[in-house]
Amino acid sequence: MTSAVLVPHSQPSPDEPRVISAPATPGDRIFRGLLRAAGLSVFVIMGLIALFLLLRGSDALRATGWSFFTEQRWRTETHQFGIAAVLPDGLLIAVIALLVSVPVSLTAAVFVSEYAPVRLRGALVSLVDLMAAIPSIVYGLWGFYFLQPRIVGVIRWMALHLGGFLPFLKVRTGDIGTSYTSSTFIAGVIVSLMIIPIVTSLSREVFSQAPQGEREGAYALGSTRWGMVRTVVLPFGRGGMIGAVMLGFGRAMGETIAVALVISPAFKVTGHVLENGANSISALIALRFSESDGLSLSALMAAGLVLFTLTLLVNVLAGLVISRSRSGANTAD
Amino acid sequence: MTTTVPYQPAAAEPELLSGLETRGVSAWFGAHKVLERVSLTMAAGEVTALIGPSGCGKSTYLRILNRMHEMVRGAALAGEVLLDGADVYEAGRRPAEVRRRIGMVFQRPNPFPAMSIADNVASGLKLAGIKTSRDEREYLVETSLRRAGLWNEVSGRLHTPGGALSGGQQQRLCIARSLAVSPDILLMDEPCSALDPTSTRRVEETIAELRGRLTVVIVTHNMQQAQRVSQSCAFFLATHDTPGRIVEAGPTAQLFTDPADPRTADYVNGRFG
Repeated sequence: MTSAVLVPHSQPSPDEPRVISAPATPGDRIFRGLLRAAGLSVFVIMGLIALFLLLRGSDALRATGWSFFTEQRWRTETHQFGIAAVLPDGLLIAVIALLVSVPVSLTAAVFVSEYAPVRLRGALVSLVDLMAAIPSIVYGLWGFYFLQPRIVGVIRWMALHLGGFLPFLKVRTGDIGTSYTSSTFIAGVIVSLMIIPIVTSLSREVFSQAPQGEREGAYALGSTRWGMVRTVVLPFGRGGMIGAVMLGFGRAMGETIAVALVISPAFKVTGHVLENGANSISALIALRFSESDGLSLSALMAAGLVLFTLTLLVNVLAGLVISRSRSGANTAD
Repeated sequence: MTTTVPYQPAAAEPELLSGLETRGVSAWFGAHKVLERVSLTMAAGEVTALIGPSGCGKSTYLRILNRMHEMVRGAALAGEVLLDGADVYEAGRRPAEVRRRIGMVFQRPNPFPAMSIADNVASGLKLAGIKTSRDEREYLVETSLRRAGLWNEVSGRLHTPGGALSGGQQQRLCIARSLAVSPDILLMDEPCSALDPTSTRRVEETIAELRGRLTVVIVTHNMQQAQRVSQSCAFFLATHDTPGRIVEAGPTAQLFTDPADPRTADYVNGRFG
């Protein structure tokens, strides 16, 4: 009971930050170690893949030098090969896939999260997720045997009526049935089916997180539902939407089997998307892998390295966009 | 730009004020009844305070007034809400139109965080589909912010995000946003419960200035606040097996100094709740 008054420090403690120790229990330490190992293994695996591709592809890269990035042809026997055709063509497939899927996905996401009757919502959400789980070979088969014969008519119409003033829609190989099949466009449409569920699912998730308070604020001002969606839900979900689209783009670029099934490989960038003949790096690898060895295998590895780097970049960028947005920031930490 | 004359309102608008009245309003969430036959008249141009302990249904009642109640899943109601004598739940009447005339300020400030302060104030116009010229809009933004007592603090940074303001400022921004669509009624659901005392005082000053310009209905837990800002007062009470109902309603001064019901006396004197 002597401490009722301010006691002068008998030993003035130094006025500087103390070293604070918080020793962890053994259990904590073990658990942390396990988690750290699991987390690091992701980086290790990524690093090993990159290293493997680099080593196996180095022969091809040495053989061609920088022309690997400028050569359109793929003739490994004569050392004339490069990704200047397959890379842009693959990007074109991905862009077409996005053009088709993004409007569909975003409107579907808005519908499921904002308009669908509550009873239907759960069913729709699981249906979309189920759609994402369908193996891509199934999409490929369906696209090739079912979709292609049925949309050739549309493509022919586009080529004949729009090709006149939109040169990239022109088909120069004459007006016969096979001119319109196995094109960049059809490959893009089929790939779009595969990325619709991803983009829909991710953006729906973000939309549904739009704060209730802001939603009610909009309604209380006399807003219609669409007005509320426009002022609250879409701005809130913008970052998530962009991220979802970029993830979809990454997936579209890497999509292999469906593209390989549908296209008839061409090694020339034409820009005429409706014309027979298309390609992508992943389809090239899938189609050529079994018949390759030595330098031609190394060439495929080098092409794979380019695709790996590009998809990695797109995905990292998508992750950055998502985590820096308001909607993503809530989920990131 | 040099020839523009500052926008002037058409006239000093001595418009008729609208009152609000409910008749036999009951409410349910699923099978659970939360309000029983609440009839109350909220006089035009006055501030009516709804008081009562937590869970007595006063917030639900407030949300019934501007048709926010029906947005909750499983919510149901009975009775009538009369705005200028017409039932707001009349078949064929759009909720959006009702909500534009009966504005609402929420417990937690909810400005649109990414929008600028000016855009926040004007957002209701856009949402309600009210067309305005640029000058009209600027005039409305300024007068609304002035009426909400926020103008002096933000006039220099109207184009910075509304989400960057302090909690009290955000709440006054929300009041300005509600006033910009010139509602007849303003509902306030515990508008100060998330604010510090200084901001609370500012909001109360704002409410005092609104008196006579429009009809205010405020839910509050704060007895002193009810006494300071309101002219009429209604005391809600629910017990664990009966839904909320009005125990007593009348002029605020009478309710606090000479209540008719002993339960009101107990509550306003802080003996329970």
